[in-house]
Amino acid sequence: MEKRIIWRGLLAGAIGGLLAFVFARIFAEPQIQQAIDYEDGRDHAQEALNSAAGIAPHEHGEVFSRAVQGNVGIGVGMILFGVAMGLLFAVAYAICLGRTGRLRPRSLALLVAGGGFLGIYLVPFLKYPANPPAIGDEDTIRQRSSYYLLMVVASILLLVLTVWLGKRLRARFGTWNASLIAGGVFILATGIVMLVLPRVAETPEPLTDPTGKIVFPGFPADVLFHFRFYSIGAQLVLWATIGLVFAPMAERLLAGSAARPAPALVNG
Amino acid sequence: MSSMPHPTTAATPLVIPGSRAVLWLAGAALFAIALYYFIGVDQGAVSVFGSDTHVHEFVHDARHFLGFPCH
Ligand SMILES: [Zn+2]
Repeated sequence: MEKRIIWRGLLAGAIGGLLAFVFARIFAEPQIQQAIDYEDGRDHAQEALNSAAGIAPHEHGEVFSRAVQGNVGIGVGMILFGVAMGLLFAVAYAICLGRTGRLRPRSLALLVAGGGFLGIYLVPFLKYPANPPAIGDEDTIRQRSSYYLLMVVASILLLVLTVWLGKRLRARFGTWNASLIAGGVFILATGIVMLVLPRVAETPEPLTDPTGKIVFPGFPADVLFHFRFYSIGAQLVLWATIGLVFAPMAERLLAGSAARPAPALVNG
Repeated sequence: MSSMPHPTTAATPLVIPGSRAVLWLAGAALFAIALYYFIGVDQGAVSVFGSDTHVHEFVHDARHFLGFPCH
């Protein structure tokens, strides 16, 4: 049974990743290209300032062309990320099975997918939102990665604790009130984690010459907004697909073969 | 659909700690975390292939777009 759940999660994740890639190719790539154009322009302006000040220019090497990164690389990345999330989804789903009372298999699929979206992506995003190229200092990548991963781990752990707490409280307070209390505890606890973790603000300010005159503008706000907006959109597409693709498969797999002469779309 | 009896706790299999199912689930989770690491983190803050940047550069756009810190 667990093998069938894992394979179905993997399949749902791959489909979700594929759709998220299509979304990214249409909506994100233009924003990424604008961010890279901004970065190139800024680098040129910076080099001009440097050579005026007598600092030697530094070399830029390109490993993959923009065409490869923006068409193939992002596709492979999104689909493999989808596979990874589909697998984690399947593991969480299998652990929840039999422990969630009278929930239907397909309802549980949507709830687990919602939890994945929230715990793995959205809550960490609230503290450390996605950034397009050109934003972020190369020298701080180590700290920024640690903070981000810490935020992800904290958010997942707190979400698991919240579900556990909600189940514990249900006997005494009923489903509605137990959910509200547990949800409130989750918001409070993640809020504290976000307050404790350091702030990261590295969006480029306007570039000025030694006299204070602006020679290159700051990072365009519209590009930043749209990039982040579409980043949330892609994750919504991914997790919604995982939940909606897995739900009918779980229903068929778990509801009992005698009860359901369902047309076999994906049968194992 | 609504006339179907709701599946209850008894109808769904329970993953028992220590069973073979746990090994499969742990394996799947580890594989997923490895994928997550290579797409999001490797050859940035830390690297298992030294100073090579091929993985990073290839999935670069996805890394940014999926919310990972980069650059
Ligand atoms: Zn980057």
